Amino acid sequence: MSSGEGSSQSSSKKSRQPKYSRFTQQELPACKPILTPGLVVTTFILVGVIFIPIGLLSLSASERVVEIVDRYDEDCIPSDQEKTAFIQSDKTNKTCVRSLTVPKKMQHPVYIYYQLDNFYQNHRRYVKSRSDKQLRNPENEDLTSPCEPEARVDNKPIVPCGLVAWSLFNDTYGFSVGGMNLSVNKKDIAWDSDKNYKFGSKVYPKNFQQGSLIGGGKLDEKIPLSEQEDLLVWMRTAALPSFRKLYGRIEQDLEANEMITVVIQNNYNAYAFGGKKKLVLSTTTWIGGKNSFLGLGYITIGGLCLFIATTFIVMYLIKPRPYGDPSYLSWNRNPPGN
Amino acid sequence: MVKASGKRKQRIKWSKLYTFSCLNPRTTDNDAPNQQLLGQPGFSRVVFCNQPELHKIKPQKYPSNYVSTTKYNFMTFLPRALFEQFRRVANLYFLLGAALSIPKLAPFSPASMITPLVFVVGISMLKEAIEDWSRFLQDMDVNSRKVKVHSRNGSFVEKTWKELSVGDVVKVNKNENFPSDLLLLSSSYEDGVCYVETMNLDGETNLKLKRSLEATLSLDDDVEYTKFQATIHCEDPNPNLYSFVGNLEFNNGTYPLSPTQILLRDSKLRNTEYVYGVVIFSGPDAKAVRNSTRSPSKRSRVERRLDYLIYVLFLLLVMISVVNSIGSALVLKSEAAMWWYLRLQENADSPLNPSKPVTSFFLQFVRSLILYGYLIPISLYVSIEVVKVLQAMLINKDMRMYDELSGKAVEARTSNINEELGQVEMILSDKTGTLTCNQMEFRKCSIEGISYGGEINEVDLAASRRMNVDVERYRISIDGSDSTGESIEMFEYSVAEADAKQAVLGCDHAIENSDIEHRRIPASGKEPNIKGFNFRDDRLMDKMWIHGSNVHDMIMFFRVMALCHTGIPVEDGNSKRLKYEAESPEEVTFLIAAQEFGFKFCQRTQSVMFLQELEPSSGIEVKREYKLLNLLEFNSARKRMSVIVSNEAGEIFLFCKGADNIIFDRLADNGRIYQQATTAHLSNYAEDGLRTMLFAYKKIEVVEYESWNTLFTKAKATVGTEREELLEHASEMIEKYLFLLGAVAVEDKLQKGVPECIDKLAQAGLKIWLLTGDKRETAMNIGFACSLLRHDMKQFHLVLSKEAESSHQLKAVEEDILSQIRNSYQEIVKGNKKDVPSALIVDGKAMEVALRSEISNQFLQLAVMCDSVICCRVSPKQKALIARLVKEYTGKTTLAIGDGANDVGMIQEADIGVGISGMEGMQAVMASDFSLPQFYFLERLLIVHGHWCYKRISKMILYFMYKNVAFGLTLFYNEIYSNFSGDDLYDDWYMVLFNVLLTSLPVIALGVLEQDVSADVCLQFPALYQQGQRNICFSWKRIFGWILNATLSSVAIFTVTIYIFSPAALRQDGKVADLAHIGTIMYTCVIWTVNCQIALIVTHFTWITHVLIWGSILCWYIFLVLYGMLPPEHSQGGFHILIEAIGTAPMYWIVTFLVVVVTLLPYFIFSIIQRSFYPMDDQVIQEIKYGRTDVSNKPMWLREQQNSRKRTQIGFSARVDAKIRHLKERLRRTKK
Repeated sequence: MSSGEGSSQSSSKKSRQPKYSRFTQQELPACKPILTPGLVVTTFILVGVIFIPIGLLSLSASERVVEIVDRYDEDCIPSDQEKTAFIQSDKTNKTCVRSLTVPKKMQHPVYIYYQLDNFYQNHRRYVKSRSDKQLRNPENEDLTSPCEPEARVDNKPIVPCGLVAWSLFNDTYGFSVGGMNLSVNKKDIAWDSDKNYKFGSKVYPKNFQQGSLIGGGKLDEKIPLSEQEDLLVWMRTAALPSFRKLYGRIEQDLEANEMITVVIQNNYNAYAFGGKKKLVLSTTTWIGGKNSFLGLGYITIGGLCLFIATTFIVMYLIKPRPYGDPSYLSWNRNPPGN
Repeated sequence: MVKASGKRKQRIKWSKLYTFSCLNPRTTDNDAPNQQLLGQPGFSRVVFCNQPELHKIKPQKYPSNYVSTTKYNFMTFLPRALFEQFRRVANLYFLLGAALSIPKLAPFSPASMITPLVFVVGISMLKEAIEDWSRFLQDMDVNSRKVKVHSRNGSFVEKTWKELSVGDVVKVNKNENFPSDLLLLSSSYEDGVCYVETMNLDGETNLKLKRSLEATLSLDDDVEYTKFQATIHCEDPNPNLYSFVGNLEFNNGTYPLSPTQILLRDSKLRNTEYVYGVVIFSGPDAKAVRNSTRSPSKRSRVERRLDYLIYVLFLLLVMISVVNSIGSALVLKSEAAMWWYLRLQENADSPLNPSKPVTSFFLQFVRSLILYGYLIPISLYVSIEVVKVLQAMLINKDMRMYDELSGKAVEARTSNINEELGQVEMILSDKTGTLTCNQMEFRKCSIEGISYGGEINEVDLAASRRMNVDVERYRISIDGSDSTGESIEMFEYSVAEADAKQAVLGCDHAIENSDIEHRRIPASGKEPNIKGFNFRDDRLMDKMWIHGSNVHDMIMFFRVMALCHTGIPVEDGNSKRLKYEAESPEEVTFLIAAQEFGFKFCQRTQSVMFLQELEPSSGIEVKREYKLLNLLEFNSARKRMSVIVSNEAGEIFLFCKGADNIIFDRLADNGRIYQQATTAHLSNYAEDGLRTMLFAYKKIEVVEYESWNTLFTKAKATVGTEREELLEHASEMIEKYLFLLGAVAVEDKLQKGVPECIDKLAQAGLKIWLLTGDKRETAMNIGFACSLLRHDMKQFHLVLSKEAESSHQLKAVEEDILSQIRNSYQEIVKGNKKDVPSALIVDGKAMEVALRSEISNQFLQLAVMCDSVICCRVSPKQKALIARLVKEYTGKTTLAIGDGANDVGMIQEADIGVGISGMEGMQAVMASDFSLPQFYFLERLLIVHGHWCYKRISKMILYFMYKNVAFGLTLFYNEIYSNFSGDDLYDDWYMVLFNVLLTSLPVIALGVLEQDVSADVCLQFPALYQQGQRNICFSWKRIFGWILNATLSSVAIFTVTIYIFSPAALRQDGKVADLAHIGTIMYTCVIWTVNCQIALIVTHFTWITHVLIWGSILCWYIFLVLYGMLPPEHSQGGFHILIEAIGTAPMYWIVTFLVVVVTLLPYFIFSIIQRSFYPMDDQVIQEIKYGRTDVSNKPMWLREQQNSRKRTQIGFSARVDAKIRHLKERLRRTKK
């Protein structure tokens, strides 16, 4: 039995020896960062040191913003009437005059926003109810399938179709200071991409708001969609049920304590769903509008990090764990044999 | 020459050499009862010998000899593989999602649902296909082996195995495997015997004798088959290896057949030039094939827990879906009518119909299930598959697991269970071919009470060396004081010489050790290494023994060695030396050794043995003749073998060899001169795991012999039951009053590195059980050699007592075993088990009883308590059963390792099956999950690769879950703000890319490249392996911790973004952010967060890791830019989004920064606290190794390595430790 095995098969031996490479031998040079106490404290201090200035900057920027918010939906409706009926009627006078006081000097441009609360522009049915192809190209006006139930009227395509366009916000505002009309610049309130790409310059409104149900505002059929900036702004659906949309700009400074008179055409039916309507005048800075949360967030986190850093320093001082202390190894902590 | 020797050998009737068997009356009546079964159901097979064409048509159409182990074939692949895939719950869920996306019920486009599913299923199926293909290739390899088949007119032509059909007459040559189950017709020996090696079937190393019917003896030449025709009636195919019922109709006679005539597939013809046989069972009908089971697909522990994790996530998914749909229904019912701008009353097909809130509830529920499907990531499975394939590739490519000798490397045959390698707690190991090479070597001998071939055993050597080191250290420390006492002690221990090689503390190669032992013997020139002879001692070699004092006994010793055997010399063409063939491998080594000492056994005829002897007086070799008078053969009951020979002078000698106790009992009073010394040597040898045998002789007077011989011949001629008894009695009469000559020690050679590997594995906390088909003595020898057994161990033997065995009463047998188990258990429990290591040795028959369901629990309870367990004489089926029971009883990960077909069951049954791709058949390898060319690669495979893979996969899964939960929950929070309408915050493409491009690659880097500690540290600190055994990286605590972390992250991401992007303007130009902007900003935060989170987890940054992590973030921006450049129809909200809108807003960048820090803070703080107060072993070791602590502080590093070893009772180091304890104890006593 020991004989006979001598006929080794070395001739048929295939050289399957793996070739050396640092990758296959898992010997790639690697950096193995270890969270040493020093590194930890440094990291926290660093974060704190970076965050607090950013927070302060943001906060100060936010503080510089002057904002006037005026909720008018309640006041601009006769209290003795049924709200929805009033707003839906063609015959009622919906003009409403409000006066606002400028708390601090507002440097131009002063942005005018309308704000709706409890309006779900982000509802799935609403968001999807539009036809981007139709908006862009006049030849696609028949592509209204996503727009149900506001796709066609008398079997003719509606341009722009869909619930979004149909529910266009149509309150208007006129401003005056001390009897002087403030001109409102409504140019360039929409995103360029909307004006130049998404909405066609040869697409004109057709059959819009011709159905049995009237949603919101109407459109001038002579102006192409790309220039109907109010529509463009409205059709950028908001992410949250409470949102602001740009209405226009006042291109002049407003002094402190000035009284602004606003003449509102209160057309839009926010009453049916208990929505609020607000008029907002605001200046901006580099971080945009008034937004103290960002600054506060930065300061809080920065402060927290510094606090943690000190805690750790104290902790390391009181009860240091020697770096690489073998007594922390499991076999030294639990007596062997277990 | 070769031809001539073959002829000469043929002339010897082998059977005549065996006194006991030769006259065995060939009774056939004991087969008779079974004969009646023929023709009954189950025994209806008919085989027309030499007429294979008759088996091409029904009803005797039998399958061809093609054997297939593949899972699929071309036709069944698609349906079966698909079925397999969709048995995974997760895949079914994804299929459902994809189906729902077609009628627009799902929130995503069909393409984005179906593509990943096809991808996942496709990849898995491709993997299956590739694995099956390799199985197919291996099948092809086996099926296209060649065998000589009778074609016609007595000519034999070569055919491939698969072309064989039932009824074919085949001629199988020496050392060839049988292509199918054959009926032996005749062999190269006149009496039609042949030797078969069945190691692949049952793991037994000794050869089996098969014998043809007398009726077919004449068919011993090719031409005889021209007209040969016969018919066999026999049993139908069945898996029973040890039975066969049938008869042969030949030449108008009917001859009953028994298993003795059956040659089984998977066994091998040995020591026989050729045999003729006829195919009875072909291909799938062969008994060996019937015995094999299809390999079950295995799943790792981690993956099984992953299933539960998926259920948890699914529960979470259902919960938030229910919340969502309830919310949706409530909102619809109470408020929706007011939302004129939604016009929900119109379009009744919409899922949001306020008039049907219940329908709406269900539709919304289905939709939510899919919308939040990110909680159950489809891509997790893809990533796991990809990672595992890469891990397997790295395992395959490891150069340190490549065997130069065989040219083979480790092969991960399936990549499914890589991480399981890191959690193994039990190893069930085969012996032959796995631990041992199945190669005997002559190592030591003790003649006339003097031991030759090295005296010190390795343990003593290592122990003394370590003691010396300690003493040395001590002496240095007390330098200056009177140190004579110490020096004396040192001297006492100083068995080892100064030039000894490196310390044997941890691991030193056994081979080197053996070198050390023979150090004092000058290397005797350029002597070629003789196979089977690993002995060097210049007192015996090169004829030096003739100068000894008592040459007579020495000559007798060598004569026993050269004459007392059943071997046959074979001339080796190119060498002066002869080679030998014998029934047992030990005999071969004796003959080789005798040849080296100058007693060359050179020829055997029927009754004469020729010896070329060295004449001590002259130093010349003389050829002498010994007449073989009687041969009293070896069997397991007698445990001895004797020959009675007469020399040329007519003197009659009895030469006897046998087990120690047997021989000691039979010594004459004046034959015990060397007994004491020999006994001491024997125990020394045994402790080293050497197999020992005593040699004795006596001179018989002619008269005495004659009288005995008549008695013996009479006994031989007896027919009947008392025959055995008479023979036994007769041999007992002559085998006594012997004169002890000495002992020999043979080593069952261990595979390279086995003891070190076992040592290391034991230190890592693994238990090793030895399961072997070999007999108990052999198994225990190996147990000692591998340090699985120690002499100071308490041994519990579980054996079936004789009475119980004979009583055949099940109840009694069970009682017997049960009481043995109870007693042993009591003893262990009573004794302080830490101090007294215990070993359990179980015999196959006892095992059979112990594994019965009623007892098995108690048996396993006992077995698990013992430090080592050795099971001998176990059948393949029992091996598999043990594997299963151990797995089930202990619930621990079990690894089975073996090399032969008899290990297949065990390999398949265990959690991990490892096959040794040695020289034996491929069955074990084919059934295995990993194949190793060498046993000792197991150490690296488990401790390095297993550890890494386990940690990688667990980290990877946890992180994967984290990123998807964090992402998925943001979708849910958005629903709260959008009235549960089921709108998605993110663009469809963002969602698709999340798992495909933007977060998947770092995960793969983590799963492939992560290393907590480097390979050498893994090996230095075996305790690190226990992290896997305790499963600390994938515990439920961790899993829920990560879910919590994910929830925190998602809340932070969502609230911070939402609050900051409150209605106010986004930019200085007064424009505000819309839905698409907010979605994109939030998505940016998610991408940053999850990719930074992985950077916090990774501890091993290679350039690949860096590229993939930071590249993924970069990818997101690149994607945004490119996506924004698509025409608006395609990009929709994403059109120009980065360039025009958010990218120009400083807020966007500032917010991203803030969100990332906020989300990572909790984990960061947690990990610092964990690290500071509850550091894990790998972290501390990292710190010691790479930290600022003095790395040159070597003693501490070494000490910790020492400490990290699990206290274990097995392994070489444990033995050394025990020895040292023992020595110190003795020292203390002598001092007093």
